Amino acid sequence: MRQENSICFSNINQPESWKIENYMASGGYLQWKKILQGQPGDKAREAIIETVKSSGLRGRGGAGFPTGLKWSFMPKTEKQKYIVCNSDESEPGTCHDREILKLNPHALIEGIAIAGFAMDATEGYNYVRGEFIKDCYPTIELALQEAYSYELLGKNILDSGVNFDLYNFLGAGAYICGEETGLLESLEGKQGKPRFKPPFPANFGLYGMPTTVNNTQTLASVPKIIEQGSAWHKGIGTEKSPGANIFSVTGHVKKPGNYELPLGVPFADLLERAGGMMDGKNLKAVIPGGLSTKVLPGNIIADCTMDYESLASAGSALGTGAVVVIAEGTCMVELLKRTSRFYYVENCGQCTPCREGTGWLYRLLQKITQGNGKESDLALLLDVANRIEGNTICAFGDAAAWPVQSFIKHYYSEFEYMINNHGKSIAA
Amino acid sequence: MSTEITETVVLTEDIKEKIDTWVAKFPVGKQRSAIIGSLHAVQEHNQGYLTPELMDAVADYLDQPRIYVYEVATFYSMFQTKPVGRNEIAICTNISCMLSGSDMIVQHIEDRLNIKLGESTKDGNIFLKKEEECLAACTGAPMMMVNHQFIENLNIEKVNKILDELEQ
Repeated sequence: MRQENSICFSNINQPESWKIENYMASGGYLQWKKILQGQPGDKAREAIIETVKSSGLRGRGGAGFPTGLKWSFMPKTEKQKYIVCNSDESEPGTCHDREILKLNPHALIEGIAIAGFAMDATEGYNYVRGEFIKDCYPTIELALQEAYSYELLGKNILDSGVNFDLYNFLGAGAYICGEETGLLESLEGKQGKPRFKPPFPANFGLYGMPTTVNNTQTLASVPKIIEQGSAWHKGIGTEKSPGANIFSVTGHVKKPGNYELPLGVPFADLLERAGGMMDGKNLKAVIPGGLSTKVLPGNIIADCTMDYESLASAGSALGTGAVVVIAEGTCMVELLKRTSRFYYVENCGQCTPCREGTGWLYRLLQKITQGNGKESDLALLLDVANRIEGNTICAFGDAAAWPVQSFIKHYYSEFEYMINNHGKSIAA
Repeated sequence: MSTEITETVVLTEDIKEKIDTWVAKFPVGKQRSAIIGSLHAVQEHNQGYLTPELMDAVADYLDQPRIYVYEVATFYSMFQTKPVGRNEIAICTNISCMLSGSDMIVQHIEDRLNIKLGESTKDGNIFLKKEEECLAACTGAPMMMVNHQFIENLNIEKVNKILDELEQ
């Protein structure tokens, strides 16, 4: 097996890995201190951004945008700048940021501080989803207090002249706040309705100031990359997908879990790592990157490697690395109905195609599963999905459309059978 | 009713202190950002739901238009604007939990409590929240939150034990 736990999970098997003493004992905060104790000026900032750029790190929140490039978009201005961490983990099937918050909160704090320094942002917010209020929010809040008590955050940190203050924020239950501009609206105390872009957050972000939003796993990867260097990071994974990714493997597997493995790991190896199929069943389908990515039939994913290119060429995406494994015997119509209900309930109500269309999708699927479907409903489903896709302010609309398009594309006969047999499933 | 009277009637010193902690996290004049945190504090203190009086008190204390607070309270699923049971159960039924049998868990709890998702028991003890979001504990599916504590790898036996405890 390839090397596991090389980046964000490198220290999580140590006892009480979340405590600052233990993080520091394994080299934690050394990179932050080095930056502070060196010459923390513009040259140092450029060097960090250059390292992150050449490391090939891509945003792990789902979109996969090159992190260093994103950082370089921050304008050089005297205005207050912000770094915001997106810990609003809510893409269905995804649960690795929660593990980082619980088991390696200091890597995240160090990563946010380094990112803040690199972009000359002296204030940072970590937006944690509201449901974590009693789960991992206390852990990250305690870790933040520890970092302050060790004087690693605040004003004139370790007499370096560098200021950086970080605050944890709590959401209150809204999937849409994972979208970066929806998140910023929420952070401003408003409904989490995504903003029209451009302007992008780098120019008009939190309170209208230059802001960069990065995902938890992305930022928690930064200290290790600075410590080991960009060449080391590029050596993990594939040429176009460097580094490792935490795969949340769930569904019909024997050992569901979060596995940090090099990008490019063959799907078959990942499945094996997760104990293989439950009850010896055959693999039917996989949603490879969270619910918003397109479903792939078992025979297609079997030949894929888990990286940006391979999954894109197979017709899906790496997304958040949430790998939902589906066994033979599962009704794909019921699964799509549940999926569509989620997008129907969670849409923010701002754009008409999405607000109205997601309701249409869910109601049509309800009609089919209740045995009242017509053959023409399948064309209608696709028509509605196609009219949502690309016609909304944010990518939520696409995320609602893609499952419908891909489920019908790959499992047309299942939908057809149910329509012709008064709601009876061919699979179950 | 004047603003001042509403405040003194419903916000305790303890709540005000919590709200002040949230306000302190944001730049001066950006206390609108503290609305969500304030509502969390107020709702927890009021046994799990918000009232118009409480929302108004938060708005007045933060010196924000009341509509700002209503907008937030009605947008986010964690805020309840109608009375609900004291103990909140939220069963995840999203993709990974569904594949791992969450529908059976829902059915069992609905049957045992004799209420549907979205309802509270008659004695006001348990609120069965209609949870649509994935709760990000998919590797422990099926799971549910009981008063925001994550309880994973559910089975009927485990669920019964939790309900027994809540019903004591």
